[in-house]
Amino acid sequence: MYSFDYQKAKSVADAAKVLAKDGDAKLLAGGQSLIAAMKLRLAHPSEVIDLGTIKELSGIKADSKAVAIGAMTRHAEVASSAAVKKAIPALASLAAGIGDRMVRNMGTIGGSLANNDPAADYPAAVLALGATVVTNKRKIAADEFFKGMYETALQKGEIITSVSFPVPKRAAYMKFKNPASRYAIVGVFVADSGTGVRVAVTGAGPSVFRVAAMEKALAAKFAPESVASIAVPEKGLNTDLHAKADYRAHLITVMARRAVEAAMK
Amino acid sequence: MTVKVSLTVNGKPASAEIEERTLLVNFIRDTLRLTGTHVGCDTAQCGACTIHMNGRAVKSCNMLAMQAEGAELVTIEGIAKADGTLHPMQEAFRQHHGLQCGFCTPGMVMSAIDLVKNFPDPSEELIREQLDGNLCRCTGYHNIVKAIKAASQTMRS
Amino acid sequence: MATPYIGASIKRKEDYRFLTGAGNYTDDVALPRQTHAHFVRSPHAHAKIKSIRKDKALKAPGVVAIFTGDDLAGAKVNGLPCGWLITDVNGQPMKEPPHPCLAQGKARYVGDHVAIVIAESYQQARDAAELVKVEYEELPAVVRAGDARKEGAPAVHDIAPDNTCYVWGLGDKAAVDKAFAGAAHVTTLEFLNNRLIPNAIEPRAANASYSRADDSYTLYVASQNPHVERLLMTAFVLGLPEHKVRVVAPDVGGGFGSKIYLYAEDVVCTWASKQINRPVKWTADRSESFVSDAHGRDHVTKAELALDREGRFLAMRVTTTANMGAYLSTFASCIPTILYATLLAGQYTTPVIYAEVTAVFTNTAPVDAYRGAGRPEATYVVERLVETAAREMKMSPAEIRRRNFIKTFPYQTPVALLYDTGNYEATLAEALRIADVAGFQGRKADAARRGKLRGLGYSCYIEACGIAPSNVAGALGARAGLFEAGEVRVHPTGKVTVFTGSHSHGQGHETTFGQVVADRLGIPMEDIEIVHGDTGKILFGMGTYGSRSIAVGGTAIVKAADKIVAKGKKIAAHLMEAAEADIEFKDGAFVVRGTDKKKAFAEVSLAAYVPHNYPLDKLEPGLNENAFYDPANFTFPAGSHICEIEVDPDTGTVSIVNFTAVDDFGKIINPMIVEGQVHGGLTQGIGQALTEGCHYDKESGQLVTGSYLDYCMPRADDVPAFKVGTKETPCTHNPLGVKGCGEAGAIGAPAAVMNALTDALGVRDIEMPATPQRIWRACQESKMKKAA
Ligand SMILES: Cc1cc2nc3c(=O)[nH]c(=O)nc-3n(C[C@H](O)[C@H](O)[C@H](O)COP(=O)(O)OP(=O)(O)OC[C@H]3O[C@@H](n4cnc5c(N)ncnc54)[C@H](O)[C@@H]3O)c2cc1C
Ligand code: FES
Ligand code: FES
Repeated sequence: MYSFDYQKAKSVADAAKVLAKDGDAKLLAGGQSLIAAMKLRLAHPSEVIDLGTIKELSGIKADSKAVAIGAMTRHAEVASSAAVKKAIPALASLAAGIGDRMVRNMGTIGGSLANNDPAADYPAAVLALGATVVTNKRKIAADEFFKGMYETALQKGEIITSVSFPVPKRAAYMKFKNPASRYAIVGVFVADSGTGVRVAVTGAGPSVFRVAAMEKALAAKFAPESVASIAVPEKGLNTDLHAKADYRAHLITVMARRAVEAAMK
Repeated sequence: MTVKVSLTVNGKPASAEIEERTLLVNFIRDTLRLTGTHVGCDTAQCGACTIHMNGRAVKSCNMLAMQAEGAELVTIEGIAKADGTLHPMQEAFRQHHGLQCGFCTPGMVMSAIDLVKNFPDPSEELIREQLDGNLCRCTGYHNIVKAIKAASQTMRS
Repeated sequence: MATPYIGASIKRKEDYRFLTGAGNYTDDVALPRQTHAHFVRSPHAHAKIKSIRKDKALKAPGVVAIFTGDDLAGAKVNGLPCGWLITDVNGQPMKEPPHPCLAQGKARYVGDHVAIVIAESYQQARDAAELVKVEYEELPAVVRAGDARKEGAPAVHDIAPDNTCYVWGLGDKAAVDKAFAGAAHVTTLEFLNNRLIPNAIEPRAANASYSRADDSYTLYVASQNPHVERLLMTAFVLGLPEHKVRVVAPDVGGGFGSKIYLYAEDVVCTWASKQINRPVKWTADRSESFVSDAHGRDHVTKAELALDREGRFLAMRVTTTANMGAYLSTFASCIPTILYATLLAGQYTTPVIYAEVTAVFTNTAPVDAYRGAGRPEATYVVERLVETAAREMKMSPAEIRRRNFIKTFPYQTPVALLYDTGNYEATLAEALRIADVAGFQGRKADAARRGKLRGLGYSCYIEACGIAPSNVAGALGARAGLFEAGEVRVHPTGKVTVFTGSHSHGQGHETTFGQVVADRLGIPMEDIEIVHGDTGKILFGMGTYGSRSIAVGGTAIVKAADKIVAKGKKIAAHLMEAAEADIEFKDGAFVVRGTDKKKAFAEVSLAAYVPHNYPLDKLEPGLNENAFYDPANFTFPAGSHICEIEVDPDTGTVSIVNFTAVDDFGKIINPMIVEGQVHGGLTQGIGQALTEGCHYDKESGQLVTGSYLDYCMPRADDVPAFKVGTKETPCTHNPLGVKGCGEAGAIGAPAAVMNALTDALGVRDIEMPATPQRIWRACQESKMKKAA
């Protein structure tokens, strides 16, 4: 790890001020991605601003319409939250499948979304559920948030404060894990809001994306067979040692079908 | 530059001036010389460095020491009784031969205690699934799973 | 007599320290005035080193020293030696290119050690390492064994322009060709045996110090054989007086072969500790381990089996190309030859066998022994062939094996080995029972109803443990002895310290060897301490690898203990005024036969150290004996593995629903420990079959699987609860009747898994590791074939 300056942010405003001053400063949430990258000397911030002590950034608020999750809420808290389990069980189970128990005890939803790893899980939930990412400056709709591989709509100095998920009628997430890293090779989140269906795919492309053909078919009939024969074109999908694009394309269909099955249970 | 970190380790206060970039695991191993916590990888996957922070298992290799400022840490050195009597999880590992070279063991035991805390009556399948953050190259996991299952029973009673 | 310790599942003595964090591994050792090292490594697979500039790095904070290949050459530090000379088919010695401890002129694989940076702290060393400016001129690289001898392949070493280290043969080629010509059926398979990265969870580490006071060195190192490390380092590389170098391998966190070898880092740290007159510590990051530990396996093989109409094996022909990597690691050359081709008879009476092995250099990390070393590769050849032949000839896989099993012993194979004993039908029968093979068809039908594919696969492996005897090995090219040493030191109070040249890095010798000595001397285990891993304490040792510890190291200890008893009898005879011939040693006491006169063990030991009433004219005082044991033959553990798997054809995921292993390890000292060894071996074998594959990019020579993000280590949910059983046919040529058990699981499992998988998918072969993607593709292909 390269050396850097360190400070604990007292508030979001305080953190924003430092960010504005120092273009090479970085926010530190759970550190599960940032510290990992810094250890391998792949990231080299001049300054690390620890959000860990800002109390108001963590916590879960839920009612019958929406679940709001503070940016610093750990994956483990989302996974075990009774409120989340009740309102959006698919979200709780997605969180329970991120990394491992130790990673879940540190990693946060805000960090995961800001990082927008192409194989991360949360982006699928945010996009499929049509969630809103709330920052210190504005509210960003899910469809506007994810811009590409490790890229988001966040601007310099912008800090995620919470994420608000509308409660769907039914939803499910199916993840096909990379056997080595256990990140998603393909993760498909299917959400039926009652007024429409959204299907979001993570892991398969440079960034999370929706599958219009599946959404349309499911809106017509929410059943596994509706998606079972919809093939996603392999063009533009990721290819690596573990899965070539054609295999990923195939897995999207399988995972989508299984997600619909699970959502109907 | 340096920063000051103060925290509690195994019930005792500890503090030191450290480089900002000091990982928690290096603070524990090199500064406090509690060498039971091990490092087996540099990508936060093997779990050899697992400790408890404020009652929850974390990978001490993947966080800064400063992130533990003010926290209560427990390491493998802190779970047996003062008289040396082993924690039920340690004892179960011994009884069921859940360790061979011993290198993954501290992290494995710390993770297992946390596992049982979260799932007081785990099935074998759940134990295997919940051990995905810990690698062991020696045991093939068979006896580790047995040990955790057994410990979950003693820890409940 | 008290319940014997041998055969009992005694809880391990070492566990308390490991469970409480009190183990002492190399990286735990911190010496006064410690410095920390980081190695500058080649980012290229093959490159000329045009210049190395260290001026900027030397000025970085905390830097103590930086050394490069030039410094070592200037100091006349030699390269790393290879411990086994293979003579090729033309009677020529293998090609042995120099293996410099820091690269000289060229870097030959990604991770090749180019310079050492020593600083006050690890981070400072790493910071400064980035300032060492190495100017490379990239050269084309070759990484695959199959490509190494192709026209136009870049030469890794000038002395081997065709990248060939040797072409070696074993067996009667003419007889084999003749048998094939007349065979009713021939089964042919071509496959790769995938390259693996050992991945002991403790990374390699070394901490070397030098004392000007007495011109001596101490090296703490994560090693499986500290004496061999010292011998090679002092005699061949550094030219140091052996008695001035102490090598300590304290607690070692797993080895699996990867910590047998003398590595450049160990040598360079030791040498540098004198240059800077301070201790130098290096601990590998996992990323470094991936690129710089010796890897395992990596064969390309064509294998053929000739059978008669009844499925009797007539002959076997095997052609293998083995990847040595960029340099010859310590035992690299003997793995695909002596430890591979000699095992090709397996458990069968195949009358003639011919194997030809071509060893090649490539721009990859050196390849050497990894758990099983040669024997998993041999078992894979034999057992995949046998199972495929059974399918082709529509015979049951159990029946074809039974028909060909060796049934009378001793048995001389056509590939040099002489099996002393075994009972292959018994292990297979027991495995069939435990695995409930009878119920398989029902389970398969049930799986099919759920849309899943079930398959069953067998593997009846043989292993040869404890390479021996030394003179025969020497004639075959070994440059070291293969005996083991042991010492039993009885203290005046009758307590015992045992020193063994074997090394434990997970095997639990402190317990197993304690059991052996306790029974031999009739004293409680609490009275015995086992000491290993320190050249300063132990007279000599060849270390632990090849499942040799109990058979060779254990026997050395037994022999030393027997000498103690023999001397004790003399002392007791004197004390009790009886004839020595009348003294019996029973239950820890010396008894005058037929009387109730006896002397306890501790009374005799006390007399030996306080020799007041003692035959000083005939006998030296004291009670301390050592022994060296050079076995007369290998030992031959064998067993039957049966794997049952289920495949999800939609995704290609596979789960092992049942894995049964019934092994014959001869006499078993501690069943609990033996079972643990089997579980661990099986998991590594399953890892080879399903998850683990080292992958170098063909063009760039970069290691793609350079971290746990891409190299898939088996986790707890990748393996099942194992069903294990044992059958005992005691080894005939060592006093304990033991054979060894450390590698069996890794040897037998890959073939069992792959036989099960090909059965489930209905395909002839699928490449290891059979990842979900590969399995899915195989499913697609067979679907297409069926449709066509
Ligand atoms: C072994 C391992 C396995 C993992 N497996 C998975 C997996 O299966 N699925 C998965 O989805 N993830 C996985 N992860 C990643 C994990 O979920 C991380 O926790 C997550 O990606 C980042 O969250 P964090 O809180 O740790 O963020 P950090 O690492 O602290 O930060 C990540 C990035 O986000 C920025 N950031 C953090 N918080 C904010 C904020 N509030 N506003 C703006 N920017 C911010 C930081 O500056 C940094 O650039 C794994 C990680 C590890 C170590
Ligand atoms: S050392 Fe922390 S996970 Fe490997
Ligand atoms: S006991 Fe050796 S790695 Fe687990």
